[in-house]
Amino acid sequence: MKRAFRSHSILPGFGLTMGFTVFYLSLIVLIPLGATFLKTFSAGWGHFWETVTGARALASYRLSIGASLVAAAINSVLGLLAAWVLVRYEFPGKRIVDALVDLPFALPTAVAGITLTAMFAGNGWVGSWLEPLGIKVAFTWLGVVVALTFIGLPFVVRTLQPVLEDLDREVEQAAATLGASAAQAFARVILPALWPALLTGFALAFARAVGEYGSVIFIAGNMPMRSEIAPLLIVTKLEQYDYAGATAIAVVMLVLSFALMFGINALQHWALSRHGGR
Amino acid sequence: MAAAEVRSVGTGAASGRLLLIAAALLFLGLFLVLPLLAVFVQALAKGVSAYFIAISDPNAWASVKLTLTVAAIAVPFNLVFGVAAAWAIAKFEFRGKSTLITLIDLPFAVSPVIAGLIFILLFGSHGWFGGYLRAHHIRVVFAVPGIVLATIFVTFPFIARELIPVMQAQGKDDEETALSLGATGWQTFWRVTLPNIRWGLMYGVLLCNARAMGEFGAVSVVSGHVRGLTNTMPLHVEILYNEYNYTAAFAVASLLALLALLTLVGKSFLEWRQPELRHAVAQARDRTRREKT
Repeated sequence: MKRAFRSHSILPGFGLTMGFTVFYLSLIVLIPLGATFLKTFSAGWGHFWETVTGARALASYRLSIGASLVAAAINSVLGLLAAWVLVRYEFPGKRIVDALVDLPFALPTAVAGITLTAMFAGNGWVGSWLEPLGIKVAFTWLGVVVALTFIGLPFVVRTLQPVLEDLDREVEQAAATLGASAAQAFARVILPALWPALLTGFALAFARAVGEYGSVIFIAGNMPMRSEIAPLLIVTKLEQYDYAGATAIAVVMLVLSFALMFGINALQHWALSRHGGR
Repeated sequence: MAAAEVRSVGTGAASGRLLLIAAALLFLGLFLVLPLLAVFVQALAKGVSAYFIAISDPNAWASVKLTLTVAAIAVPFNLVFGVAAAWAIAKFEFRGKSTLITLIDLPFAVSPVIAGLIFILLFGSHGWFGGYLRAHHIRVVFAVPGIVLATIFVTFPFIARELIPVMQAQGKDDEETALSLGATGWQTFWRVTLPNIRWGLMYGVLLCNARAMGEFGAVSVVSGHVRGLTNTMPLHVEILYNEYNYTAAFAVASLLALLALLTLVGKSFLEWRQPELRHAVAQARDRTRREKT
């Protein structure tokens, strides 16, 4: 039997709300994004290919992707630790700490950028400790990692928290009564249950970090070939009125972002199917 | 009670627990508390009077006004969209629903810089509509309309994705009862649906507003950085910072940090009123998927 576009309902307003939703979505998101792709392809492949595989562009992808991977990995380990502590333990000020986890969402990226730079510069609160050890953070690729770790922090914690809350403690207790050590129980019982959420959190933090601009440009130093992230290269090309070049880099990043988005959707689908009929 | 307690992982040895708590707090303290403190310490580094001189500067005020104006336009637009999208998606069954939800989330996947760029390609002097706009003396890019458009784009999904799960959880029973008792569609919406979703609505507006006022990358690309005219607060912070006027930069930044703190307080309050809001988005994805499979 052929299914109707929508099943019957006595509630009114489907036409109006659906119509407005599709209209507004097209106007603000789909048409502008589509036009960007069209613009690139109308400029010709030769120029496009030359721009997106140029040495400076390749260096910027390498930094953006590499630093985002490192930051997402740091967040996966320390975010798991933070989520675990927030779900399992009681300590004074826990509610405030839990609320603060969302700070990177709420704090404007430019504010985060100048603040982290001030902290990690040679004369800053943290930088003045690291500098004597020979570790320079501000104005190097390490600075990029620091900024991306900051903005990616809530993703892993917030993805893991509900899963940890749902985790059946009886299984852990069974493992303990059967003689498993804490480390064994964690590696064999808890971690396998957390993998899908951990991977999702990692991917969300990575996806956000790859496109990040505001918090990075203050701390990065922005040297071409060395500490220039891909979004900054787009801005640089725009400032030189190289619209075709900026658009070409943007299209590469958009394709990467959309691929990540579909990957994350598939991950969440997998996580759900692993949860079974719950 | 204590006798029945079985040692479970991590909750066992007290010293191990303390170590984990200390390590987590060290990480969160370094990345969350210290930056927050640093903003205010830097802003007040040259004393309270220097701070007030910095934030009462006319250009700083102009940036505050522009930021408020942009948010006052962008948030209501996305609010109307969010309510409409949530009504269509939560109250009706139709084909392509999960695709529609994915498309609504699309702006979250786009780098802010690219969000600005796409409006330059449309409305800039070399853009698709550039010639028409020039002929009619309308400025979109490097002017306020471009800033508003870019802000609407980056904050597009916020309210919709908070409201969809809330409305899905409410179901349709209340509305169907109201309609069968003779209420019109609008009456049902205003008197039944809206009171039911009010906390979720405020939650979405709060998060949308925080991003709208704090957006940097997208706005930076389309603004043109005309001081006193097209500088929002985050852009003004950048300009002051790049002029090595650190105290003034951090003074304006401290206002944005206060906004962030207020947002977190409001968010915690709303989560306390309605605990489901915390994980609402993840649950909505689950529910939509489950219906599909």
